[in-house]
Amino acid sequence: MDASRDIVVPKEFEFGSDDDVLVLESGRPFGPVTVRYETYGTLDETASNAILLLHAFSGDAHAAGYLSGEESRPGWWDSMVGPGKPFDTDRYFVICSNVLGGCRGTTGPGSIDPATGAPYGLGFPVVTVGDMVNVQERLVTHLGIDRLLAVAGGSMGGMQALQWTVSYPARVASAIILATTARPSAQAIAFNAVGRNAIMSDPRWRGGAYYGHEPPARGLAIARMVGHITYLSDASMHAKFGRRLQKRDEFGFDFSDQFEVESYLEYKGGTFVDRFDANSYIYLSKAIDYFDLEGKYGSLEHAFRDAMSKFLVVSYTSDWLYPSYQSKEIVVALMRQEKDVSYTEIDSPFGHDSFLIETERQGRMISSFLHTVLESVRAADAPAQGGEKK
Amino acid sequence: MTDDRITNRFSYDEIARLVAPGTHVLDLGCGSGDLLDLLRRTRGVTGRGVDIQEEMIRACLEKGISVFQGDLDEGLKEYRSQSYDYVILNETLQMIHDPVYLMNEMLRVGKRVIVNFPNFGYVVNRLQLAWLGQMPVNRTLPYEWYDTPNIHFCTRRDFVRLCDSIGAIIEAAVDLRRNRRVAGVFANFAATDCCFVLRKPESRV
Repeated sequence: MDASRDIVVPKEFEFGSDDDVLVLESGRPFGPVTVRYETYGTLDETASNAILLLHAFSGDAHAAGYLSGEESRPGWWDSMVGPGKPFDTDRYFVICSNVLGGCRGTTGPGSIDPATGAPYGLGFPVVTVGDMVNVQERLVTHLGIDRLLAVAGGSMGGMQALQWTVSYPARVASAIILATTARPSAQAIAFNAVGRNAIMSDPRWRGGAYYGHEPPARGLAIARMVGHITYLSDASMHAKFGRRLQKRDEFGFDFSDQFEVESYLEYKGGTFVDRFDANSYIYLSKAIDYFDLEGKYGSLEHAFRDAMSKFLVVSYTSDWLYPSYQSKEIVVALMRQEKDVSYTEIDSPFGHDSFLIETERQGRMISSFLHTVLESVRAADAPAQGGEKK
Repeated sequence: MTDDRITNRFSYDEIARLVAPGTHVLDLGCGSGDLLDLLRRTRGVTGRGVDIQEEMIRACLEKGISVFQGDLDEGLKEYRSQSYDYVILNETLQMIHDPVYLMNEMLRVGKRVIVNFPNFGYVVNRLQLAWLGQMPVNRTLPYEWYDTPNIHFCTRRDFVRLCDSIGAIIEAAVDLRRNRRVAGVFANFAATDCCFVLRKPESRV
């Protein structure tokens, strides 16, 4: 046990009982909802230094620090969040919550349906990125924050960040959009479809009603293996595995000899089933596939018409899941709407996962960006509070 | 502020004098955003920069300047016609692969174009080439031929001819020798750097 660690305590927020149900994008009313979230740093007196982090597909509310003295690895973006780090907790109040439909503390298909006393399973409504954002809005309001200094996220987190600027333009001073798209391509949807198929083809899936039985671990592991391939790149896989065999030097001309890349994927798939619910995989991947700002608002330009945030969009050269051209489409639409947007394409070999790996380079961009946003927000607020600025 | 006469760069104050207050500016090859920062502070412009280097993007973000990481050789196809009051190309023209294409793009996107470049016709360049028989290397052209980013040199006179051939009207010119003004008649001989304000005939503001 490491006694020097500052232990993060996850919190929960509940809403959506009879009088304030959440109306989903599908039109279906839904509640109650429990939201698991963590916070880091301190909210200032005017509640003007709050940053909402938005996690990607398999992430959770545990963005930084340790939940216990024994935990072997810190939160998923620990390299970016903390004192002196880009999301500097000496300066900012950082929030991260698990998404609606997830399986890491926020209500999802594995949660108990109060109407039946059993897990929802496929009785859980289909949710969208817009629904996730509406849930986060309730949380932010509950925390007494009128306007966020920034929303920030990569991949599915970037989709939520984009959606925030569209759904709640006045409540987001800035948006940091990493490795994402305003609408996943047919190629991206295809990989998600393979993942869902792998799960649904596992006999243990039982039409989603596997709770209380053996879970469809094999199907979920294969889904994760496919997904994981899309997060890497040709170059990063070559560097990491090459064509090396795991336990022998030469081919055995049977099916027991494994390439290193095979055993890596097996390992990744195997560890994933311990922390992820197969039904959440199905629901969240569907939410990603449904995400389409262009389709929903007629055009990207139209989607961003009322946006009031300052934007920083970052893409990565080797990301073939959401390639740079898709980030540029976002940037061009914002530019044409005369929005304040900056764009950088980081030259990185790590594929889609770059936003989790290139923390030093993207971190320098983000901390520079956030400094000026905080300055301009404070300068704009100063006269209203009757304060004298130097 | 750094003294332009010491740093060799084209005087930002001279460029600022060419920009009307309160206008909307696109700075191509904006570097660390110093020019836009000056224009913002002294002329009240709004603007955006474009640069290709990651380090320059970060420097712009640090100043709160909107910036796009992109390659000018790809043109300005994302930008609407006449969407900026000024498009500035500062000390970059000679590094562009297809300068005529970019000039036309700038004249399409900007109501005015401000462009400056080192004058290859400057007397010292002529002497080095004619008398020493070697490519000019001096304070304004500090690179050896084999490691220079400059791939398209021109003289002041060449540039005026190009403007004529692409139908650009020269509204103003500033000719400098190490950031001190020189008279127009001797400029192709005496100026180290030339700066022009251009527009298309149909663009009147």
